[in-house]
Amino acid sequence: MGKVVVKPEVCIGCHLCEVWCAVAHSKSKNIIKAFLYEDTKPLPRVIVEENLPVTFAWQCRHCQEPDCVTACISGALTKNPVSGHVEHDSSKCVGCYSCVLTCPYGSILINEQKREIIKCDLCAGLETRYCVSHCPNEALIYVED
Amino acid sequence: MYSFQLPEFIIDRAADRCIRCRVCERQCANKVHSYDAELDRMFSGEKDCVGCQRCVVLCPTLALNVRPRTSDYRPNASWTRDKMQNLKKQAQTGGVILTGSGNDKPYRIYWDHLVLNASQVTNPSIDPLREPMELKTYLGRKPDSVKITRCADGFEVETESFPNVAIPTPLVFSAMSYGAISYPAYLSLAAAAKELGTLFNTGEGGLPEHMRREYGGNAIVQCASGRFGVDADYLNNAQIIEIKIGQGAKPGIGGHLPGEKVLANISETRMIPIGTDALSPAPQHDIYSIEDLSMLIYALKEASNYEKPVSVKIAAVHNVAAIASGIVRAGADIVAIDGFRGGTGAAPQTTRDNVGIPLELALAAVDKRLREEGIRNKCSIMVAGGIRCSADAIKAIALGADGVYVGTAALIAMGCTLCQKCYTGKCNWGITTQDPFLIKRLNPELTTQRLVNLMQAWSHEIQEMLGGMGINAIESLRGNRDHLRGIGLEDWELNVLGVKGAGE
Repeated sequence: MGKVVVKPEVCIGCHLCEVWCAVAHSKSKNIIKAFLYEDTKPLPRVIVEENLPVTFAWQCRHCQEPDCVTACISGALTKNPVSGHVEHDSSKCVGCYSCVLTCPYGSILINEQKREIIKCDLCAGLETRYCVSHCPNEALIYVED
Repeated sequence: MYSFQLPEFIIDRAADRCIRCRVCERQCANKVHSYDAELDRMFSGEKDCVGCQRCVVLCPTLALNVRPRTSDYRPNASWTRDKMQNLKKQAQTGGVILTGSGNDKPYRIYWDHLVLNASQVTNPSIDPLREPMELKTYLGRKPDSVKITRCADGFEVETESFPNVAIPTPLVFSAMSYGAISYPAYLSLAAAAKELGTLFNTGEGGLPEHMRREYGGNAIVQCASGRFGVDADYLNNAQIIEIKIGQGAKPGIGGHLPGEKVLANISETRMIPIGTDALSPAPQHDIYSIEDLSMLIYALKEASNYEKPVSVKIAAVHNVAAIASGIVRAGADIVAIDGFRGGTGAAPQTTRDNVGIPLELALAAVDKRLREEGIRNKCSIMVAGGIRCSADAIKAIALGADGVYVGTAALIAMGCTLCQKCYTGKCNWGITTQDPFLIKRLNPELTTQRLVNLMQAWSHEIQEMLGGMGINAIESLRGNRDHLRGIGLEDWELNVLGVKGAGE
């Protein structure tokens, strides 16, 4: 199992990871189209925490024993036994936000429009992990455990 | 007082591309861009833009275009926009106009008027990919002659040898002090020098104690007029000790690191209180003659047990050849010449743009003078100031340089765009700043790699050009002006450079 790890000492607080995460999860995957022309505003799964000069990007840690999976009342959140990723099935999500309350890292975010949660899926189905490949200072790296 | 200054840059933002991600706003230390949530629009206040291009490079949709605003006033060859802007600035402030980086005036760049030779038919060129090509360079004093005696198991060198430093390429990083540049920038230079086996120069800001063991073996340490950071351990951990008399960007004047840049680590390294201005006097106050210089050279040799070459760095000025001769006679093992296009973290613009002479002429004059006096072997010549590419470096070597300092080019490799605002301490590229938020923009791992790549690329190019000339060692090109020809130069210029015109 792998995860995205941040190096806060070289995070420049540009928020490009958020921008590209939103693009990665948009319909068109085209940055201009996604932000300016798609019906729903693209939302990032990664959030940059800031208390200048400290900044760092933060997303789902894909925990060994994820509290969010335990808390999920509808079975929408599951821990994939093979990949180890914590996965979210939006068709099962009822928008109770129990996972949001239990996540110790605050890494589960809310899509108000659809009343469901969104979280990092490590760019499943895409060629690269967008936050990692687009970080201009290589402050985000993907590491296999 | 109300400012009559015009903005220096125009910012175009393509509305059909801007996604209001606010990256430009976050990246600008000059607070040029701002976001209005009510209108969901970005605004740009051009007044404070320095044209560093950080926002342009980081913009994910390439929505920004920042370009100089050049032609506001009625065109006038004498009263140029720069001159008029400076006048208005001085009328407003009454101060000296400060600037950073190197002389940007259109003086003749002699590198661009010199061409290299190549082998055709009568002598073979060499393919550096197939055959050995030696760039190894030894810095330091060489003996007048070498006496060898035969002994039972071979030969023995009788002649006393002097301390020399071997580097695998003649390229060395220029003096840039910790304080003038950020810690990640400084660390990257040190780490790149270590990886390449070459040298970096600490400048006059000392070498932090925790770096001495690891990077001392690749350091040229400076002892400048302010004596910042100099102690016995500093000198003894280095490879070469350099006495800084002058700097190409500001010959005749000292340095000034503003107190705001003197944070805890810098204060410790420089051995001065936190927040105090680090003022380097214009002269070295114990040097008023060649004899005085000799005393300092030998004091430093004594302090380092005569194990390290001592270099003396001077700015290229009118009488540079005679000065260099005196320096060699004073006991220096290396003479470093800094031309007037050399960079700086801060200098009065009038000094930067009007004082000193081009490196090319100074180097040729010094090399010639030392040869004529029969003392060229007693020192190595290092050159600095405006070396922009491998061709400049190889031409410098053909003009007589042993080693070449790479400063501004290294900064550009790190990200610098020569916006010349180093003195403000708000470098958006994280280079000439101590702001803890801005310095994170240099990831030392990446920056080190960029510097290593640059030096390797240049070294390869030098090998290619050497091979083309049919030379297989850089030593054979050193001072070999037959491999240079001048184009578009006057007789006096060819004379000073000691090269023939093309076709001759």
